[in-house]
Amino acid sequence: MKFLAMPQSHADGQSGALRGLSPADSSKSPAATIFWLAVHAVCCLGSLVLGFRFSRLFVFLLYSTSPMLRATDKTTTYDPIVLLSDPSQSPVNQSTPHVAVGRHGIQVRPWPHPEPVEVMKAHQIIERVQREQRAQFTAKNPNPRSLIVITPTYVRAFQAMHLTALMHSLMLVPYKVVWIVVEAGGVTSETALLIKRSGLRTVHVGFKQEMPEAWEDRHSLEAKMRVHALRIVRDKNLDGIVMFADDSNIHSMELFDEVQAVKWIGAVSLGILPHSTVDESDQAVSKVMDESNSLIPIQGPVCDSANQFKGWRTDNGSPNMLGGATHVDDRGSPLPGKLEWAGFALNSRMLWKHAEGKPGWVRDLDSPNWDNDVDSPMSLLKDISALEPLGNCSRRLMVWRLRVEARPGTEFPKGWLIDPPLGIPAPSKRTPWPDAFPKLPFTENASSDEEEINQHPTENRRHETETAKPQLLRREPVEN
Amino acid sequence: MRAWLWVFAVALVGSFAQSLGAEQRAHTERISGSAGDVLEDNPVGRLKVYVYELPSKYNKKLLQKDPRCLNHMFAAEIFMHRFLLSSPVRTLNPEEADWFYTPIYTTCDLTPTGLPLPFKSPRMTRSAIQLISSKWPYWNRTEGADHFFVVPHDFGACFHYQEEKAIDRGILSLLRHATLVQTFGQRNHVCLKEGSITIPPYAPPQKMQAHLIPQDTPRSIFVYFRGLFYDVNNDPEGGYYARGARAAVWENFKDNPLFDISTDHPTTYYEDMQRAVFCLCPLGWAPWSPRLVEAVVFGCIPVIIADDIVLPFADAIPWEEIGVFVAEEDVPDLDTILTSISPEVILRKQRLLANPSMKRAMLFPQPAQSGDAFHQILNGLARKLPHHKSVYLKTSEKVLNWTAGPVGDLKPW
Repeated sequence: MKFLAMPQSHADGQSGALRGLSPADSSKSPAATIFWLAVHAVCCLGSLVLGFRFSRLFVFLLYSTSPMLRATDKTTTYDPIVLLSDPSQSPVNQSTPHVAVGRHGIQVRPWPHPEPVEVMKAHQIIERVQREQRAQFTAKNPNPRSLIVITPTYVRAFQAMHLTALMHSLMLVPYKVVWIVVEAGGVTSETALLIKRSGLRTVHVGFKQEMPEAWEDRHSLEAKMRVHALRIVRDKNLDGIVMFADDSNIHSMELFDEVQAVKWIGAVSLGILPHSTVDESDQAVSKVMDESNSLIPIQGPVCDSANQFKGWRTDNGSPNMLGGATHVDDRGSPLPGKLEWAGFALNSRMLWKHAEGKPGWVRDLDSPNWDNDVDSPMSLLKDISALEPLGNCSRRLMVWRLRVEARPGTEFPKGWLIDPPLGIPAPSKRTPWPDAFPKLPFTENASSDEEEINQHPTENRRHETETAKPQLLRREPVEN
Repeated sequence: MRAWLWVFAVALVGSFAQSLGAEQRAHTERISGSAGDVLEDNPVGRLKVYVYELPSKYNKKLLQKDPRCLNHMFAAEIFMHRFLLSSPVRTLNPEEADWFYTPIYTTCDLTPTGLPLPFKSPRMTRSAIQLISSKWPYWNRTEGADHFFVVPHDFGACFHYQEEKAIDRGILSLLRHATLVQTFGQRNHVCLKEGSITIPPYAPPQKMQAHLIPQDTPRSIFVYFRGLFYDVNNDPEGGYYARGARAAVWENFKDNPLFDISTDHPTTYYEDMQRAVFCLCPLGWAPWSPRLVEAVVFGCIPVIIADDIVLPFADAIPWEEIGVFVAEEDVPDLDTILTSISPEVILRKQRLLANPSMKRAMLFPQPAQSGDAFHQILNGLARKLPHHKSVYLKTSEKVLNWTAGPVGDLKPW
C-alpha cells in the first residue's frame, strides 16, 4: 500500500518541484513551456499504454539544469539511494543550522539486507552477554558436576519429535552431559542418526525386547531398560548425577540447575500432563472441571514444616480425567506409575561397587529379585528417609510428564518433510474417531474426487490426546 | 630507616587490600559525569525553595478537570509540585529562599485522545507571572532569574508541538531569565536556553516494576524497537516525521533478523526490552522520548538516533559511556556500527546501566526516594548556586518586555 503511495508522492514532489522551477524559468521562451506540456502529454499517453504511472523523474533528470538529489556527500563505498527527496529543504533554524527542520530524504542503502559477517558478530556479542549474565546472576555451584541422562526410547512415529525436543533441552544445559539412550528392540540407525546431531557424548545401547502395546507392560519394560542403563553407569564408573529423562517429557532448564544440589538421592515434583482430555466445549462438563480439576496433578515428595522429607504425594489424576488408556491405540493418556522415574536424581557414586562414603542404605544393583520388582529408584533404598527433596522442597514444578504417541500404523512423512506440499490434506488410512472433528467449511466445496474427505472429515494426523480443533492450512486468495 | 620500612609496609598492605576489593566481580560501576560523582548527592541543606501559593485554577482545578494528566509522559510537572510541597528543602519564608517555584500545570489541557494542547499555555504562564510579580516582590527583584519553571512539553517553553512553529515563537519572553526544567534538549536550538535543566519524561515506576523478569533470563534479542516509522496521519508524504530517520530504520532493517522492530503494541513490551541487548531510541516529532527511561530501567543499551540531542541530567550522567549515539545520516549503517562495538565496551555499558542509582535517577517515584529524578533536579538547581550578584537588578536595568510575543498570547487567562 505504501509503495503505491510512493510514486504518487514522488510525482507530487516532482510536480511541486516542477512548478517551483517554472516560475523561476519564466525567462525561458514560451517554447519551453510548450515543450514541457508536450513531454507531459507524452508521459500520460505512455502511462496509459504501459499501464502504470510513468515517472517524470527520468525526464526531469535528463533536462534539469540544477543538481539535486545528492544532498549528502559521503565517502563511503556506496551512495545511499534517497527514497524521497525534496530539493527545497528549508532550514528554518536561525543560528548555525546544524539540524534542519523540514523535509528530509529517507536514506536506504542499495542492498538493505543482512550481511553474514555482521550477523555472526552479533551472535558472538549475544553469546558473550549471555555468558556474563549467567556468571553474574545464576547462583551457581563453582564445581558443577556432569549430568548422566538416561532415556529409554524405541522407534515409532513420534520418536523424532520427542527425541529432538529432549535433545535440544540437553544441548542447552550449561554442564557436561553424558546421554545414555537405551533403545528397545536393539540399536537402529534412525535413532543413532538422531542423537548424533546433538553433539553430546552419547552412549547408545540396545535392549533385546521389543516395546509392547499395553501401557503397563511398557512401564515395566522401561524400568528394566533404565536399570540396564544404571548397570552401565556402574560398570563404566561414570561420575556425575544420574537423571531420568523420558523422551516425551518436558524439562525446564531450572531442573538441571536444581539437581546439582543432590548429595545421594533426590526427588523433584513432577507435573502430570495432560490433565484433562474432556472436551471443554461441553459447558456442563467444563463447569465441573473448573471447580475441582483446575490444578495439574502432581507427583512428588512432601515435607514437613522443618523441610524434612515426610512422604509422597501422588496425585495422579482420576481415570476419568486422563481418559484411562490401557493400550497405545486408545484415545486417552495412560495413568502415570506410582512414582515416575523422571522425578528422581541420583549421585552416580551410589551405584558404584566401591565408592568412598557410599551410604549403607543403598541396595546393590545385582541383589537378587531386584530386577523384577523395581518400579522406581526408591527400590534402591533400604531406608526411604534418606531421600532429599529438591526444588525448594519440591514446591516448584520443573518437569512435566507427558505420554503422547501416535497410533500404531500411522505413517508419517519421512524426515517430517512433506514434499510435494499438500494442496488439500489427505485423510489418514484408518478411520479415526468419527465424532472427533467438526465439519470443516472447505470440505463442502471440495472437488468431486475428494469425496472421501467429506466422509472422513479430517486433516492432519492427530495424536490421541489433542483436544484443540485442528488447524488447517487453507489456501486463501492472495491479495496484493 | 625504621619509619620508611613502616610506611612501605603500610602502603603494600593498603594496595593489596585495594586490589582484593577490585577483584571481586562487580556487576555495576560507579557513574560520574562532567560535574563529578554527583548522582547520589543529597540536596537537603544545599538549597531552599519557596513554593508560591497560586489559586487552584492554575493547578488543582486543571487536574480535577482531567485526571489523565497524572499518567501521561508530561506528568513530571504535577509530581514535582507535590514533591516540593512536602520536601525538606521547602521553606515557608521567602526571604531565605534560593529558588522560587511557580506551580502551574501548563500541559494539562488534553484533547479527548489525551494529547496536550499548548495553545493556552503562554497565556496561563503570563497570567501566573503577572500574579506573582504583583503579589510578591521577588520576581521584580531579579526579573525571574532565581525562579524556575517545569515545562515538560514537546519543545519546552516554546509551547508548540510543531517544531517550525515552536521555533518561530521561541521561548516565552517573560521566561528569559528564569531557569527552565524541561524534557526537550537539543543543542543550538531556540527552545533550549543556556542553563536549563533537562529531565527525563515521566514513566510510571510501578508499571515498570511490575513487569520485571528474572535477571538471569538470557538477552537474546539484538536490537529492539516498537513504535511508528511513518506517521501517516500527520505526515502523509513522508520525510518530515523524525527527519526520515525512523523510516530509514524500517526500510533498511525490516528483514534483518537481528532487528526486532515493528509497529505492534505487544503486551510483553517491557519484558521484551529486558531480553534485548540494544533498544533503539530514535527521535519522533521531538528528539526526546520515554524509551530512554524504559531502556535504562530495563538494562537495555539505548541507541540514540537524534542529532545534537541533550539528554537528561547531562552534567551528572556521562551518556556517551552509557548509550550509543548514531548520527541520523548513519542510520543505513546501523548494523555495522552496532556489531563493531567490542564486547568489553558492551559489557561495561551494561554494568553502568545496572547501577541502581542510574535507574533511580530516571524515575519519579511516589513517594520520593533518595537519588530519584526529583533529587537530581534539586541537585542541578543547587549546582547553579550561588546566584551571581548581577541578577539582582536595579530599576534602570529592567529589560523584560511584558508585551512581546504574538497578540493572542496577551489575552488574559
